[in-house]
Amino acid sequence: MKIKFTLNKKKVTAEVESTERLIDLLRNKFQLMGTKEGCSIGECGACTILMDGKAVNSCLVLAEQIEGAEIITIEGIADGEQLHPIQENFIKAGAIQCGFCTPGMVVSSYELLNENPEPNEEEIKEAIAGNLCRCTGYKQIIDAVKISAEQLRDSK
Amino acid sequence: MKDFNYIQPDSLSQAGKYLSNRNNDAVILSGGTDLLSLIKENIYTNENVVNLKTIPNLNNIKYKKGEGLTIGALTKISDVAESKIIKEKFTVLAEAAKEIASLQLRNMGTVGGNICQRPRCWYYREDFDCIKKGGGECFAYQGENKYHCIIGGGPCYIVHPSDLAVALTALDAKVKLFFDDSSRIIPIHEFFILPEDDYLFENILRDGEIVTEIIIPDLPDGAKSSYIKIKERETWDFAVVSAAAVISKKGSNIKSGKIAYGGVAPIPWTEEIINKSLKNLNADKNEIEKISKIILADAEPLEKNKYKVILAKNLVKRILTNLVLDA
Ligand SMILES: Cc1cc2nc3c(=O)[nH]c(=O)nc-3n(C[C@H](O)[C@H](O)[C@H](O)COP(=O)(O)OP(=O)(O)OC[C@H]3O[C@@H](n4cnc5c(N)ncnc54)[C@H](O)[C@@H]3O)c2cc1C
Ligand code: SF4
Ligand code: FES
Ligand code: FES
Repeated sequence: MKIKFTLNKKKVTAEVESTERLIDLLRNKFQLMGTKEGCSIGECGACTILMDGKAVNSCLVLAEQIEGAEIITIEGIADGEQLHPIQENFIKAGAIQCGFCTPGMVVSSYELLNENPEPNEEEIKEAIAGNLCRCTGYKQIIDAVKISAEQLRDSK
Repeated sequence: MKDFNYIQPDSLSQAGKYLSNRNNDAVILSGGTDLLSLIKENIYTNENVVNLKTIPNLNNIKYKKGEGLTIGALTKISDVAESKIIKEKFTVLAEAAKEIASLQLRNMGTVGGNICQRPRCWYYREDFDCIKKGGGECFAYQGENKYHCIIGGGPCYIVHPSDLAVALTALDAKVKLFFDDSSRIIPIHEFFILPEDDYLFENILRDGEIVTEIIIPDLPDGAKSSYIKIKERETWDFAVVSAAAVISKKGSNIKSGKIAYGGVAPIPWTEEIINKSLKNLNADKNEIEKISKIILADAEPLEKNKYKVILAKNLVKRILTNLVLDA
């Protein structure tokens, strides 16, 4: 089946199988390798992308379900080679060790800051509760999101 | 993943016609957050998957004073958690929605899918041919049953995994169902069924029947409600035990109230004896203590889940104290 959707702000079409998942489509057909596959069952959040502005697990979405939708992956959050402030702050705050969880963390944080420019710590924790990090213990990640929130507010 | 055909009906009647035909061997897909895992694990092997998401008008929240609230089955869980009217008036439901899974799953999962999701018993999810899958044995009964039910079990001992279902039970919701080309409305306590009546399924849905809407009667002005969920971890988790309470007060007395528990039984559990005893209760500390003593009096915990009885009693004490005394 042929589907049409918007991928990182470009209109695209793709031929997909009924059992093909969104994560397969992104990684295999579009070579967008930033989206990671950890658990495949909605538990780790490594595969998080934005679908119509909302963070969802791309391992639990069928490719056919995204007909007409607007998809943004981690590659679409950076502006070309220019990293998004959230990404820069993840680096600065030491929120990245092995980096496997990072794309998903950044996407979840991005949705949070879009909808709530002044999140408190509780709200940050809640927004990234679906993203598992085996390395950092989360503190640096929460710090990175806090700094990003301030920075993005100041730049407005 | 086993191969299947993907069907996209344009209308409810088209979906109803397709699904009611048994030859089609079809299963419903809403958000897919549970179904895709079930297909992946070969628990579901249907030939056809019918996507409801393309059907219009099934994803709205409507409120009319005096009549109540209706929620389309395809409404996202995150929309329920954030709805202003639900937060204000049907607080218990917004709080239950907010407690579900993770942001990513709330953004994708739907209300209909949440109440129809399949149990989380690990034997069911793994490669065990247990009673629920048509086999001859419940492996949890003498096995790892820390998270299983303490009341209403046998021959299967699951707990119902849905947080929304518990809140909806306390709110006396009704469920609207669609089959072939007609609909019926049933109270939520008739929707969920115990394993002694049917151990293969958790609800009365006929094969191919669609949940289209949840209907919640209006609450009197000043009614208060709340949902508390005990999880084992700080991040996402299913309820170990949860409680939903809806209370109407008259002066300092409770005029009427209803409490439902999650994580204790194969269906959202509520006890008439408790709900009756809340009527016209002068709810002070003593009375709340008395009530918490008699809840789940008939519980028959399994070997590894006796702790749940105590948790449930404490939870009810906490929720009533919050709603009635600390107000
Ligand atoms: C990691 C993880 C954590 C979770 N934690 C929680 C939690 O804490 N609390 C909680 O309540 N849930 C939890 N869930 C379950 C989650 O909320 C459900 O998967 C979700 O609500 C299902 O909705 P859906 O629209 O994706 O349903 P789907 O996956 O599309 O469908 C689920 C089932 O219901 C059937 N179905 C769907 N819609 C209808 C309909 N309208 N009429 C009839 N049948 C239908 C499908 O055929 C399928 O069998 C968790 C899930 C995961 C993966
Ligand atoms: S509790 Fe139910 S689902 Fe779990 S092993 Fe027993 S029969 Fe199977
Ligand atoms: S790979 Fe999708 S949530 Fe883990
Ligand atoms: S940095 Fe390694 S999993 Fe998060």
